[in-house]
Amino acid sequence: MNGEIYRVAGPVVTVTGIKPKMYDVVKVGHEGLMGEVIRIEGEKATVQVYEDTSGIKPGEPVANTGMPLSVELGPGLLESIYDGIQRPLEVLQQKMGDFIERGVTANGLTREKKWEFTPIVSKGDSVEGGDIIGVVQETPNLEHKIMVPPRKSGTVEDIKSGKFVVDETVCVLSDGSELSLMQKWPVRDPRPVGKKLSPTRPLVTGQRILDGMFPVAKGGTAAIPGPFGSGKTVTQQQLAKWSDTDIVVYIGCGERGNEMADVLNEFPELEDPKTGRPLMERTVLIANTSNMPVAAREASVYTGITIGEYYRDMGYDVSLMADSTSRWAEAMREISSRLEEMPGEEGYPAYLSARLSEFYERAGAVHSLAGLDGSITVIGAVSPPGGDFSEPVTQNTLRIVKVFWALDAKLSQKRHFPAIDWLSSYSLYNDRLAGWFTENVGSDWNELRDNAMDILQEEAELQEIVQLVGSDALPEDQQLTLEIARMLREYFLQQNAFHPVDTFCPFDKQYKLLKSVSRFGEKAIDKMENGVPINKIMEMESKDELAKVKYEEDFDAALETIMTKMDEEFTQLGGN
Amino acid sequence: MTKEYKTIVDIAGPLIFLEKTEPVGYGELVQINLPDGTTKRGQVLDTSADMVVVQVFEGTQGLNDESGVVFSGETIKLPVAKDLLGRILSGSGEPLDGGPRIIPEKRVDVNGASMNPYSRRPPEEFIQTGISTIDGTNTLVRGQKLPIFSGSGLPHNEIALQIARQAKVPGSEEDFAVVFAAMGITNEEAQSFMEDFEKTGALERATVFLNLADDPAVERIITPRMALTAAEYLAYEHDMHVLVILTDITNYCEALRQMGAAREEVPGRRGYPGYMYTDLASLYERAGVIKGNKGSVTQFSILTMPGDDITHPIPDLSGYITEGQIVVSRELHRKGIYPPINVLPSLSRLMNSGIGDDKTRDDHKAVSDQLYAGYAEGRDLRGLVAIVGKESLSERDQRILEFADLFEDRFVRQAKDEDRNIEDTLGIAWEILSELPEAQLTRIDNKYIDKYHPAHQNAE
Repeated sequence: MNGEIYRVAGPVVTVTGIKPKMYDVVKVGHEGLMGEVIRIEGEKATVQVYEDTSGIKPGEPVANTGMPLSVELGPGLLESIYDGIQRPLEVLQQKMGDFIERGVTANGLTREKKWEFTPIVSKGDSVEGGDIIGVVQETPNLEHKIMVPPRKSGTVEDIKSGKFVVDETVCVLSDGSELSLMQKWPVRDPRPVGKKLSPTRPLVTGQRILDGMFPVAKGGTAAIPGPFGSGKTVTQQQLAKWSDTDIVVYIGCGERGNEMADVLNEFPELEDPKTGRPLMERTVLIANTSNMPVAAREASVYTGITIGEYYRDMGYDVSLMADSTSRWAEAMREISSRLEEMPGEEGYPAYLSARLSEFYERAGAVHSLAGLDGSITVIGAVSPPGGDFSEPVTQNTLRIVKVFWALDAKLSQKRHFPAIDWLSSYSLYNDRLAGWFTENVGSDWNELRDNAMDILQEEAELQEIVQLVGSDALPEDQQLTLEIARMLREYFLQQNAFHPVDTFCPFDKQYKLLKSVSRFGEKAIDKMENGVPINKIMEMESKDELAKVKYEEDFDAALETIMTKMDEEFTQLGGN
Repeated sequence: MTKEYKTIVDIAGPLIFLEKTEPVGYGELVQINLPDGTTKRGQVLDTSADMVVVQVFEGTQGLNDESGVVFSGETIKLPVAKDLLGRILSGSGEPLDGGPRIIPEKRVDVNGASMNPYSRRPPEEFIQTGISTIDGTNTLVRGQKLPIFSGSGLPHNEIALQIARQAKVPGSEEDFAVVFAAMGITNEEAQSFMEDFEKTGALERATVFLNLADDPAVERIITPRMALTAAEYLAYEHDMHVLVILTDITNYCEALRQMGAAREEVPGRRGYPGYMYTDLASLYERAGVIKGNKGSVTQFSILTMPGDDITHPIPDLSGYITEGQIVVSRELHRKGIYPPINVLPSLSRLMNSGIGDDKTRDDHKAVSDQLYAGYAEGRDLRGLVAIVGKESLSERDQRILEFADLFEDRFVRQAKDEDRNIEDTLGIAWEILSELPEAQLTRIDNKYIDKYHPAHQNAE
């Protein structure tokens, strides 16, 4: 159906004569700008346009594609860098240069590359939605499973093997449907799964405060709220670099162009600690920076999670970072206000909470339609205005997510990084993951962690007294608690994302570090109770040397030297 | 299109409403002919088959339904040429210096297009500003957008001028230019900028856009876009390194709020429009460097925080877009310290990529972290001293307290014409750090202590 433009007001365009369905994609104006129908009122339909509308006039033609906003899913997604509506940025650069002009379309998946397809079903097999019909080696470490699109089934009439472009037919079913290496899926619909499972394995990130204190499960949800400058983006990037998942989807939603450039520059150079291959080979980047059109920003999180779900359906563990969900919420607010909808809290639309929970619900550990176990972990950054956590986006997010990593501006000003406040953060997965930790990290790990948290908690209380009377006025045992807490903070919790060794800390090392501080604490308390003056303990050299052991390349050897020295020093301290 | 419409049906604040026009493009530039012969300019905000809404840049004074409206058929464009250098233009790009009109090489849409993130080169070239609190602890790099968050009555203009005078990339002699955009600043402030530019000869290398306090507020919305368009042209087509100074972003946002209210939009926080983040991003994001292109656009905007409140929507939204901020402190200013930059809430996000071995010096990051940690602790202790007195502090704490004073007095304080190179800055840092016990320097690797610590230098 072809119609025409009635009204243009920024990214919101009213059109007539196309008889659309809700969320149909339409092409607007002579230049064919992409947009999406978001309201239908009699003859008129309101369209949010993903590109700049300057110069567009009433009366220009509008064409309805009749399809909702969809992404192309198939081999070639990995290593790609897309904008919010799955246009590859590299192709856009080739087509229009360094600045993004409008009205250019580009396929999400390249039609130039041929992929080697190996079928695993044969003629006469009966297949259902989600079943795997064959594989393509997408990267040296990732076998891309070609699946029957959900809601399709039948008997295999014909199956090919060899080299194919993504849109060539490789399989024909009895109902005449032709399957290629690629399928399309509407981004706003969650892809169906067999069954949702409850998560039991942690997402190992190599970040001590996250893994050690506030772990997130594979298939879980976490939020990182924090004021600007507190290190949200660095934390998100650390997660994208070091998470032990098969696939990472990183959505730069309304963030800085230079930061995305940094990611684009750095990821191909970095090695995946699991496979030794470039990190980029397991990564899909979606970059919709703050000055790119706001409607595409709104779509970008859906584009990202749909790609994530597709890999989950193959039985892979996927982690998805959205930086930042506040920008996404603001995009909703902006569009809502142009539609002159009745605003809810702080001008956000009343459906903000529903949209956020729908999005986070797409995370989870699942049994896919094909019977494989996969997961998507969703980690959303939140940028609360003024660092005030009582604002609607933070509050609505916290009602849904299970892990809360609270970034604190005070800590970042003291250059305590990651600036995650250990007192207000929490993880609801600790109990569920306790078994995994006992088995894989150390039988006393849960205990060590709880003790450490107790000491930090006690420190916070003591600090209030210190503020009034100074630390020298405290009794000796409390002075020692303060010292152990300081060691926990500086030696264990602080981690330097830019240090080549410290940037990634395996669980084994986390365990040994925590154990060393804990051992110092036990022995020091013992000595003190036996009459050794506290200043002697404070002067121990090995204690200060422990501060820098995390930076050592040969960590185990360095730690052993220090611990031996510590034992000697303790012996020399005497006491009864 | 030269057709003149006399179909104004409504005039409200800076907006006029017309009916029965031919199709008009969104964002088109409009000329309005008043009955008394004067003309005004405006822009289309909303266009439909029945009604066109135009915002008038110079205000609607003197307009009535007799006025004629001519649609130009194109969006707002700036004529650009290398001759822009050395010129003073109005906030909407008209010459103010009595010079000839710019003979354009081409005309460029002032809204610009967004840079493809894939084309961006991560900024990493260190810019030496000669100010220790910036170079040492909040390093600026080419292609960065780093605003000054200040308050009324603080010397942010002096700091901006000092940076404009001193900024250079050590060891390189490339083409350098300044684009200065004044938005709603007073004539007096503008004069002092102009005088300084003239005195130092910087004007030859500068393009100035002036929208002063008594110029129409609506014009403020296009002034920064004009300036950035000129900057992009000089940077990407003439390989120049352009420093853009936008002052004052707060006035710009006030104009934005005024427009929103006139359009009867649903207001967001404190009455500012809900799209202010996107709007500010469309300015700030126009900084950067492009792969395979020599030029760069670096932004140094000035923003006065209403009531010194960093959580106010203007600094808050800015902080989420810009790559850090330099915070000017009233407390330090009262102590008579210039430049009164408080490093604790200040931040340069791109610092790590601009410093280190081959760019500044290998110990730079460690020294900076140590300064931060020491100063933060020292300031905390000041609070404690106020309660319990200095005597009841431990010796360690007393030394940290002294360190905080030294830091302000030696490292932060410098003269308005004092241009410290990075070696000077790091040298001062080591001098004051050496007042702390060596065991306290936990942020610094032992190898740097051996190499740079003054105590070790003397031993050799």
